[in-house]
Amino acid sequence: MSALNIQQGSSKHSAYDLRDPYSEVLETHTLAVIVDNEPGVLARVIGLFSGRGYNIDSLTVAETDHKGHRSRITVVTTGTPQVIEQIKAQLGRIVPVHSVNDLTVEGPSVQRELALLKVSGKGDARIEALRLAEIFRANVVDSTLESFVFEMTGAPEKIDAFAELMRPLGLLEIARTGVAALARGV
Amino acid sequence: MSQQMTGAKMVVQALKEQGVEVVFGYPGGAVLPIYDEIFQQNEIRHILVRHEQGATHMAEGYARATGKPGVVLVTSGPGATNAVTGITDALMDSIPLVVLSGQVPTFMIGNDAFQEADTVGITRPCTKHNWLVKETDKLAETIHQAFHVAMTGRPGPVLVDIPKDVQFATGTYVPPQKARTDHYAPRVKGDLAAITALVEMIESAERPVLYTGGGVINSGPGASQLLIELAEATGFPVTSTLMGLGAYPASGKSWLGMLGMHGTYEANMVMHDCDLMINIGARFDDRITGRLNAFSPGSRKAHIDIDPSSVNKVIRVDVPIIGDVGHVLEDLLKIWKSRGRKTHREGLAAWWQQIEEWKAVNCLSYTPSKDTIKPQYALQRLEELTRGKDRYVTTEVGQHQMWAAQFLGFDAPNRWMTSGGLGTMGYGLPASIGVQIAHPEALVINVAGEASWLMNMQEMGTAVQYRAPVKQFILNNERLGMVRQWQELLHGERYSHSWSESLPDFVKLAEAFGCKGIRCDHPDELDAAITEMLEYDGPVIFDCRVEKHENCFPMIPSGNAHNQMLLGEADTQGVIGASGAVLV
Repeated sequence: MSALNIQQGSSKHSAYDLRDPYSEVLETHTLAVIVDNEPGVLARVIGLFSGRGYNIDSLTVAETDHKGHRSRITVVTTGTPQVIEQIKAQLGRIVPVHSVNDLTVEGPSVQRELALLKVSGKGDARIEALRLAEIFRANVVDSTLESFVFEMTGAPEKIDAFAELMRPLGLLEIARTGVAALARGV
Repeated sequence: MSQQMTGAKMVVQALKEQGVEVVFGYPGGAVLPIYDEIFQQNEIRHILVRHEQGATHMAEGYARATGKPGVVLVTSGPGATNAVTGITDALMDSIPLVVLSGQVPTFMIGNDAFQEADTVGITRPCTKHNWLVKETDKLAETIHQAFHVAMTGRPGPVLVDIPKDVQFATGTYVPPQKARTDHYAPRVKGDLAAITALVEMIESAERPVLYTGGGVINSGPGASQLLIELAEATGFPVTSTLMGLGAYPASGKSWLGMLGMHGTYEANMVMHDCDLMINIGARFDDRITGRLNAFSPGSRKAHIDIDPSSVNKVIRVDVPIIGDVGHVLEDLLKIWKSRGRKTHREGLAAWWQQIEEWKAVNCLSYTPSKDTIKPQYALQRLEELTRGKDRYVTTEVGQHQMWAAQFLGFDAPNRWMTSGGLGTMGYGLPASIGVQIAHPEALVINVAGEASWLMNMQEMGTAVQYRAPVKQFILNNERLGMVRQWQELLHGERYSHSWSESLPDFVKLAEAFGCKGIRCDHPDELDAAITEMLEYDGPVIFDCRVEKHENCFPMIPSGNAHNQMLLGEADTQGVIGASGAVLV
């Protein structure tokens, strides 16, 4: 069974056994799922989550290997350790799924999300918004006399923090891409 | 030879090359080109059903009785939606089906065309995988892939949706050898370290049990042989789920009977008190486990399953072994033998002594009657009068199904076809026809309740048309027996809509269909009536009038543990609490 990256020795097939298996504590995990880019594949993944009552916190998908028609789905999900293991196993048995990697337990990873934030304001608020944007390394991608659209990339928490700061300064709208993630190293 | 052909011809060619002998189907506008090709050949037999649900259950019965995939051909829209129940049933019970559905032409998809339905969308959650084929060049390869997916790993139903223009167009045929199937290759060999860990547990276990399921049967007859060898060599007791009956012979000395909600007292007590539970191809279904936090509290558990998602889904196990039952048992026996065939003999002797005490409870006993046919008695007589025959049994769903599992013995795999996971009323009659088509000379009996049987009774027409001499053994209590039993135990004997008035006269119904009808309502006449049924060369509808308010025991009430079984009427007062009542 290749799709779910179970080590030889299925009894120790993940870091599952390092955690308390009976824990009722909810954990958030980022899963990278490589799939054949064929019609309906996203519906299969989403249908699995809704049909079995799992959570999707964030989901991104795009074809990453045009020649091989493979897409990478990055899904952030929350559940007890047992549910997380079940999600991975269920994903692994979808026929067009090639691999499932749990970036949260398989070693360090980098996670990035892109966000566009529209902030309207005049006077001091406008200047303060620009100043904070500089601190957060957000770029101005659109500007009128009464508004900015900021573009920023970062970990989801950083975007959350920036959005919180913008809220009193006139945050109107926010668009987020969802998390893209890669394991560190090779 | 040119490999250019129409899509419709490709379908037939691909089926032939996949070794398909029988297709169960129903024509319609969107599959006419395929039916035209079927008309022009003689290798593949087509069985015309009366309803597409019937086709899927026939294919399930055929698959279960042969180990080969069952093939279904239906038209678009209602043809496909009618097949959904059977497809879901096959998914829950891991039965390999290949369903081919017609679809409106590609250029009309999405326009709410006549008899259009989003078939791949509707069947996505109830198939193992499905495909919409939009190019004729891809059709043959897709069908070969469909067979591969249905049969590889944990078997299941697949569906290929074929638009009508794809059937008419010409394309290049791809033979099975050239179809790309390599990427779906679930692992079949179990991890040797894990198997060795299980062997160590086997060597020291004092109170072990082999808890077997449908996975043993799906793994093939070799797996059943290995199971028998393991049980005989170790002396470990064996119990089975509903789906696994026959993998270990009911006449074997280690046999405890079925376990679970209506399993035997000894099987459930063994599950509760064991110190080593070896789950072989079962899935800890809620009919088996009862209350989860009281499930076999003192045991270490091993689980052999080909599907990683079955492991630790419900019950956390100590030694999961992911692989095919046959392969794993082979390795397990090899390692156990090479280490000196050790078991804990004293422990086992004491364990069997305990088991004999539980067996002495005689949990399947019932109050006999001289005037009324007790359903249990009817099945005991059926068992007695069919013993030694080449016998296949299907069932509908309900009390009669549980009694059949309790009172009929199966000594070989693939002889018992029943709807386990989904519990589909209406399964048994079409399934029995599918079995009979696969084994024309065998004795095929559908043990039925009258309510379930009526759900797909139109398929008697199919049985008559194809001279399938299926015996419909209907235990007629004029009630939805299992519903009534639950209403008695749970809902203050308020029998809300659980009986049937104006039932048909089954004997006249048989005559209307052109087969034989037999009625029996007295125990003294039962043997003669059953013999008449068995000796009749053709389909029979047997109306066996049984006790109307008989309850099925033993029973583990919802929300209870294995050692809290009801053994008879005397135990039933106030047994299901509020927390149990919300369960099913």
